[in-house]
Order: sequence, then C-alpha cells, then structure tokens
Amino acid sequence: MLKLPEPNKIFQITSKAPKYVLFLFVVVLSVGLVEALILSPEDYKQSDAVRIMYVHVPAAWISLGIFSSITILSISGFIFKNKNFFLISKSLAPSGFIFNIIALVTGSIWGKPTWGTWWAWDARITSMLILALFYALYLISWRIYKNKEKVFKISTFITILGIINVPIIKYSVDWWNTLHQPASINILSKSSIHSSMLYPLLIMTAAFALFSLLIFLMKYNTELIKIKNKGLDRL
Amino acid sequence: MYGRKVKLRFLFVSTILLILILTVFLVLKSLEENVVYFQSPSEIKSLTELTNNKIRVGGMVKKNSISMNSDEVNFIITDFKNEINVTYSGAVPNLFEEGKGVVAEGVLKDRNFFSATKILAKHDENYMPPEVKAALEEN
Repeated sequence: MLKLPEPNKIFQITSKAPKYVLFLFVVVLSVGLVEALILSPEDYKQSDAVRIMYVHVPAAWISLGIFSSITILSISGFIFKNKNFFLISKSLAPSGFIFNIIALVTGSIWGKPTWGTWWAWDARITSMLILALFYALYLISWRIYKNKEKVFKISTFITILGIINVPIIKYSVDWWNTLHQPASINILSKSSIHSSMLYPLLIMTAAFALFSLLIFLMKYNTELIKIKNKGLDRL
Repeated sequence: MYGRKVKLRFLFVSTILLILILTVFLVLKSLEENVVYFQSPSEIKSLTELTNNKIRVGGMVKKNSISMNSDEVNFIITDFKNEINVTYSGAVPNLFEEGKGVVAEGVLKDRNFFSATKILAKHDENYMPPEVKAALEEN
C-alpha cells in the first residue's frame, strides 16, 4: 500500500523536469507581472497600492497550501512508515517558508500607505507570523536531528501543532474584529474583487506555484542523490 | 486491510489532533476579548466600567461627521446602532474617509467621547477599477 515508483524512476523525472518548470515559470511570471503591474486597472480607492496584492495574496495562499501539504505528508509518512513522504515534505517546506515571509513583508509595505501602520497585532497578521515560526521550527528540526527516526517524529509533531493554526488564519477575519479585511474571493458566494483584478491574481498564483514546484524538484533531487550515494538508506 | 500498528498510529495522531483542537478552541474562547483588534461603539456602550487603558474603537466614519480645524480632527465612529465621538490631533491616513472603515486607538473620556492618539484606516474587501465604482454609484 502507498508504494511510490522506484527511486531511480523518480530520479529520472526530478533531474530533468526542473529546466522545463523553470521555462514555464519564467513565461507565466512574465505574463503575470505585465498583467498585474501594467495592464490591470488601479483600484478606485487605494489606486496603485492595489498592485502589492498581486504578490501578497498568492504568496499567502501558497504558504498556507504548502504547510497543509507537509502536514498531510508527514502524518501519512508517520502512519504508513513511509520515508519518502518525509523527504517530500522536507523538500516542500523551504519555498512555503519563503512565501510566508514574502506575504508578511508585502503586507507590511501595503499596510503603511493604506492603514497608516507597518504592523498591527490583529488576529490575521499575528497568526500568519505564528505560521512563519512553525515553518522555521520545522526547518530547524531537520538541521538539528541527524537521527532519521527522531527527525521524522519531531517534524511530524511540529506540523501537527502548526496545522491547528491554518484554519485560524483562514477564519480569523470572520471570527474576530481585525484590521485586515475579510476575504475578497469566495468560492460559494460572489467575489468582491473585479474580474480585471482577479485574472492577474490567478496568473501570479500559478507563477508562484510553479516556483514552489521548481524549488521542490531541486531539493527533492538532492535528497535522492544523497540516498543514491549512501546506497543503504533506501526509501 | 491495514496492519494493527497502522491503525494504532492513526488513532494516536487523531487523538493528539482532537486534544489540540479542543485546547486551542478553549484558549481562544477565553481570550476572545484580547484577540479582537478593536471594539465597536455598541460594545463600548455596554462596558460595565470605563478604564484609562489604551483601547481601540472601530467602525464606520459617519457621513458628514468629519470636521477638521488647524490642529484637530473630530468625527463620529458608528456601527449603525451606536455612535462615539472621536477627537484626534495629527495626520490621518490617506484612506481615512467618510463612510469608510476606521480604527481609532486611544482612551475613553466617557461612553460617548474618545480621545485618539492614532488613527488607522480600515480597508474593506472590495476591489474594483474607478470606472466600475462610478457605474455602481450611478445605479
């Protein structure tokens, strides 16, 4: 059950795919940036400051998505005793962390001209900062513990602690009074963002997702090379 | 289909998750007053005792309520049920406007008067080009 293809077959893909993904990333990012920075209209209220959103929102989405993914992978790895799942989550985490930081920084840059402050200890911003701390903790755990069995358990425990925070981030703006605005994009009801702004946002999200995929493939490839060199540490 | 150990580990993880969710829920529930970034005018009205501590009041800037003179800004924050008068001296953020969201930080003079030391504009979730806004206003 849950056996992935042979490491050699995966290795063939991970060593060749990055250049294609890089190409695709550059294309999608270029289109996204032209759309977001030049072609899309300015906002009726915040004018050009709205363009920060095209980086901020995708970065936040991706960081939440990756944390959810590494949690599911780690828990599955723990339950089914599958080493490969841990290596996949280890390789996914760095780009999630980077996007989390990008979301916080761009949010801060946007906050100054619109809200009038760089930082506010409201529920959304604070919970996003906590997510960054969990990412950091997760990445540090892989550095500290060299014993494989130990690092698998500890990193899984960190993701379980951190995942509680993910729905809190999502619903913080609905549950409590926050300075941060509620979600503009709703799957079930009408979105409160105009389509001329929604499309650049989705293209930028695709670009960032491709970037995460690229970093993941490169990191995962390194992990596989390590296993090949050792020879004994099989998946 | 799965071994006994797999089931045990699944149960173990589920139990940890359940306990954590419950703990976090209870902690946040009891901390609710501190988690909220601001209070509405209605919540201020229903306070049992007034403190001199720094608090935040948030809501809409009432239409036609802003009056500015050389060193002071006066306006009314409303949540459409209750209102509170705010006085503030200093620069206001660009997005500070009548009919838009605002958060004021400062101290309460009494249940109706608030002396702010900082004003933050609260942006709402609506994003649209100016032409669309103009078209909406015509309708």
